[in-house]
Amino acid sequence: MIDKTSLSMAQAISKVKDGSTIMIGGFGTAGQPAELIDALIEHGARDLTIVSNNAGNGDMGLALLIKEKRVRKMICSFPRQHDSWHFDTLYREKGIELELVPQGNLAIRIQAAGAGLGGVFTPTGYGTILADGKETREIAGKKYVFELPIKADIALIKALKGDRWGNLVYRKSARNFGPIMAMAAATTIAQVKEIVPLGSLDPEHVITPGIFVQHVTSVGV
Amino acid sequence: MTIQPLSRDQIAQRVALDIEEGAYVNLGIGLPTRIANFLAPGKEIFLHSENGILGMGPAPEVGKEDDELINAGKEHVTLLNGGCFFHHGDSFAMMRGGHIDVCVLGAFQVAANGDLANWHTGAPDAIPAVGGAMDLAVGAKKVFVTMEHNTKKGEPKIVERCTYPLTGLACVDRIYTDLAVIDVTSRGLIVIEMAPGIDIQTLQNRTEAPLHYNS
Repeated sequence: MIDKTSLSMAQAISKVKDGSTIMIGGFGTAGQPAELIDALIEHGARDLTIVSNNAGNGDMGLALLIKEKRVRKMICSFPRQHDSWHFDTLYREKGIELELVPQGNLAIRIQAAGAGLGGVFTPTGYGTILADGKETREIAGKKYVFELPIKADIALIKALKGDRWGNLVYRKSARNFGPIMAMAAATTIAQVKEIVPLGSLDPEHVITPGIFVQHVTSVGV
Repeated sequence: MTIQPLSRDQIAQRVALDIEEGAYVNLGIGLPTRIANFLAPGKEIFLHSENGILGMGPAPEVGKEDDELINAGKEHVTLLNGGCFFHHGDSFAMMRGGHIDVCVLGAFQVAANGDLANWHTGAPDAIPAVGGAMDLAVGAKKVFVTMEHNTKKGEPKIVERCTYPLTGLACVDRIYTDLAVIDVTSRGLIVIEMAPGIDIQTLQNRTEAPLHYNS
């Protein structure tokens, strides 16, 4: 019997190694897998590259991971927010590296990795400093920049419900990066509010098919 | 007559007049977000939020906030009947793929050729953040900009050539400021409306790029 829900959060997180690249779902705090990040902090892995839209909010989740200096490099679209003080401080001290990626390029580069592509030609960022040094091409009269895929060793995502085969459904705008990050990581760990019996998720409503998910852990209700 | 510049709400109200029923619209953070307050209640307009919402509704009543239902500015919002959610890949396909009819963005500078600078001042101590602005600039069918006509120091923001790092090349279609509404065309900048009390010469004095008028 296949049971992707058998590991505890700490057991699942123990797959992270020093130097791993980790995708973390969420847009601000919506969809951010805070309990998995707490387990990651507890686990102690360092020198991480984190792929996430923002660079932490307040004093929870990703912000704490950054504060604990576990992150060598952030790949994100919008690090600076009114409550990103831990990132801001480290960045100004040159204690963290930043690769700034336009948000749609972040999404499509993650999707490219998940779909097995070698990269994408995107119009976004053409002619700007974020495309400096990158290959460009004109296709049917429009200018494009070549962007490489972004893949990860681990993706940490938050969903509403999951089953033992790894099928997931999400809640409202907390879905955001979850489904595409699940596709782009060698190992995807989802935290869900509720693990439900196989067959109870309507197959027409499954958003992330279980093939993209290796572990489902419950944070309880 | 003294010049009566438009307030930020009046700018938002003016933009709202140009958004047609049935349009799929993305409103940027800040002043553009206020445009939603002025859309005629009878018109069905689809508001898109980059974090995966179509059919976004107004702020919830106090006590009914849901931390998993937020807009691009991370403020609480609601979902209209018929609204839906989707992941970031689909959301940016809507933006980049030419499916959004109108986006409204703030700006530091707009150039005479429609170049837009709105994400970074380039200051050495600034922490850069770009978000979805570059995707909207290249992808929306119409790119509207709202901004003050001049900086707080009185410098022009409508310029010959942007000095701040660019967001997109030749992407702006229309500029709404506190002093004028200006179209960016292949023939240059064409003033289509002016605030009460301002004359052509004064407006030009406050604008670096040459302004034209349809006579």
